[in-house]
Amino acid sequence: MSDDQGESAAGRLEGPEAGEASASDCGSGCGCSSAPKHATPNLDQLEDGPWPSFVTGLKRLRDSDTKQYAPLANDLLGQLEHSYQTRTGYWKGGTVSVFGYGGGIIPRFSEVGDRFPASREFHTLRVMPPPGYHYTTDILRKLCDVWERHGSGLIAFHGQSGDIMFQGTSSAGCQKAFDEFNALGFDLGGAGPALRTSMSCVGHARCEMSNYDEARALRSIINDNVGEIHRPALPYKFKFKFSGCPNDCVNAVQRADFAVIGTWRDNIKIDQEEVKAYVAKAGRKYTIDHIVAMCPTRAISLNDDDTLEIDNKSCVRCMHCINVMHKALAPGDDKGVSILIGGKRALKVGDLMGIMVVPFMKLQTDEDYKKLKAFGRQVIDFFAENALEHERIGETIDRIGLPAFLDALGIEPDPNMVKHPRTSCYVRTDNFTEEAEKYFARRGLRPDGGAKDAAE
Amino acid sequence: MSEGASSQGAAAQGAAAKPATAAAPPKPRKPIESGVPDPFQYMHPVMRKNYGNWAWHERPRPGVLRHVAKNGDEIFTVRAGTQRQMDVYTIRRLCDIADKHGEGYVRFTTRSNIEFMVSSFEKVPALISALTAAGFPVGGTGNSVSMISHTQGWLHCDIPGTDASGVVKSLMDMLHQEFVKEEMPNRVRITTSCCQINCGGQGDIAINVQYTKPPKINHDLVANICERPAVVARCPVAAIRPAMVNGKPSLEVDEKKCVCCGACYPPCPPMQINSPDSTKLAIWVGGKHSNARSRPTFHKLVVANLPNNPPRWPEVAEVVRKILYAYKEDAKHWERLGEWIDRIGWPRFFEKTGLAFTKHHLDTWVGARHTMNMSAHVRF
Repeated sequence: MSDDQGESAAGRLEGPEAGEASASDCGSGCGCSSAPKHATPNLDQLEDGPWPSFVTGLKRLRDSDTKQYAPLANDLLGQLEHSYQTRTGYWKGGTVSVFGYGGGIIPRFSEVGDRFPASREFHTLRVMPPPGYHYTTDILRKLCDVWERHGSGLIAFHGQSGDIMFQGTSSAGCQKAFDEFNALGFDLGGAGPALRTSMSCVGHARCEMSNYDEARALRSIINDNVGEIHRPALPYKFKFKFSGCPNDCVNAVQRADFAVIGTWRDNIKIDQEEVKAYVAKAGRKYTIDHIVAMCPTRAISLNDDDTLEIDNKSCVRCMHCINVMHKALAPGDDKGVSILIGGKRALKVGDLMGIMVVPFMKLQTDEDYKKLKAFGRQVIDFFAENALEHERIGETIDRIGLPAFLDALGIEPDPNMVKHPRTSCYVRTDNFTEEAEKYFARRGLRPDGGAKDAAE
Repeated sequence: MSEGASSQGAAAQGAAAKPATAAAPPKPRKPIESGVPDPFQYMHPVMRKNYGNWAWHERPRPGVLRHVAKNGDEIFTVRAGTQRQMDVYTIRRLCDIADKHGEGYVRFTTRSNIEFMVSSFEKVPALISALTAAGFPVGGTGNSVSMISHTQGWLHCDIPGTDASGVVKSLMDMLHQEFVKEEMPNRVRITTSCCQINCGGQGDIAINVQYTKPPKINHDLVANICERPAVVARCPVAAIRPAMVNGKPSLEVDEKKCVCCGACYPPCPPMQINSPDSTKLAIWVGGKHSNARSRPTFHKLVVANLPNNPPRWPEVAEVVRKILYAYKEDAKHWERLGEWIDRIGWPRFFEKTGLAFTKHHLDTWVGARHTMNMSAHVRF
């Protein structure tokens, strides 16, 4: 990279005037294609304004005359401008993969390749990032170097799938780029009917709300099932996402088939001196209006001496009071996860949120993590064997009913799984008494609800 | 993984010893199925040291976080917005800033903001200046409007109705001041999606393509490209059936049943759902993924039929502005957009934003009844 390219990256590149650009060629004498630069009057308007412009970035690639990707970036800009003018997309899919894998590449062939030949093939590599999206500048530069040699020079950190999206290379470039990424310790992510790339929040690395080691949970499940990512063989996509607390910063409940959300069973930890300091600063009215009154289960009250009282049995672990008074309040010590299953977006039956299937799974010891991994595998197996083609697991649960799903997984029903018990009378209840006895037995209770003593 | 690495080394040596001839094509390299990389090798040392042992945090100013560990260690984070689809020069520029003014460690948020971690506050002002000078807005923390999470669009997708990157650039230019300040009642999460599959996800405000006409079918291509039973099966309202058209096997759509969702288009591109005139944008509000206070919610439709108007989509920006500033002006501290509407009610939401309530806001899908007001609670 020459110095002046580095400088140009600093601020706004002077984009060539549209008319002039279309008439000029690259002029570098570098032997690369010297096709005229496409005029981009629509895209040029996306270079104004204070937000960083992806168009300016694409032009930097186009204007890097000595680089192999300059002609590709020029034709890509040309096709994109054509899309802006005609309000139509021009990519179609296909089949492209790397040796040994069946997924992980998003193939794109241009429908207007005769006009924009250098970007005729514009495939994307989905590459799995480290959980929490941590990078050193050293590894980022290495990734850029690979993509500069074998791709378009355009990278998205990150796609909605959670992958690093290396956007745009030829069919031959896919294998070359992958080989180098793979040698750096990176691997392709999921695409198609397969286990998909996962996401986790920053969590343990930098957040006091975190209730489990998100990166460990993610890697132990995903890396145990890489075959399901690389060789798509499931009925449809299957996504795991990991959030360290119920703030759910990776949007797991709405988007993941298997959402792992950190939580705790014991009491919220209170530092009463910090509570007093907070009230002294924020004011009593503010504290009452914005913390006490906003508790969804009316579980908090402010005492006369400006300390807090929390009814932990009524607390639903929503996180609001902890979010607002994060110096005074903290999640408890008996940490673990809730698991919600079946979240997905519109296609085909409409939006589904995950359903609470495991209200609490302890997640602290090695054994606990093994148990989580085994449960993840069990759910993938259930999905593989029971879902219809193109059916997400949330749809499967709706089709067969939650009781059948729980039965198949060996999970006992729990009142935390429902907002309220059924309101429909259309159910056969002739073994209700046996089921009730099982409930009492599980809870260590006598049928009248009293505790069994040790002798029993 | 170490086993895989050594076999790769052996393969490389083999290739060096025995150069491939024209007769023997080069043996493909066997992939190392290493899966998700270990994050610790790329993590700031202070974060590695205090992994799982953080005590509290504060925000000294918008765009800056100070996290304090249980042992008193501190780490400072400076957050900046990016264009997400970055050229290698932009990424190297960010790396240069991290090396010169930071400590060589960065991370990205789920909304494509970049974060620079440093172990002392002394380094923060220079980092902020360098980022600002290079055109990367510092902010996106606390009760701000963070970067819009979005999809690929015309740049790369095979089924897009619009170009999310352009919509997002236009909106973030307008919302720049709300990104660099923390003046919203609570955080605002906006999303943009180029089709109704909605890969952009749920948002306080979501700007999504909404098709308005049934697909136009290219009957010449259906038989060769589409697996017809699979296309029939994808339709959520059973509006598609096999048919012979001009002597060729094709498909037909019962346009009275069709809900214009576009589900038939990905498996069968000749079912042309997009057109320059009928592909429109809709705006949805009140989606929330956090469990804080209220349960997570899906976003709800408020405006449809906005023109798909590149390169700046001014009609979309105007509606987003109206909704956002009505919320900013009226919501109580810590109310998310949907929670604000829960309090003031939908009648006042439509009044305050000047938007129309129509029959299209009445849900007709499975479970629609549960979205109706089955009570005598009314607002006037």
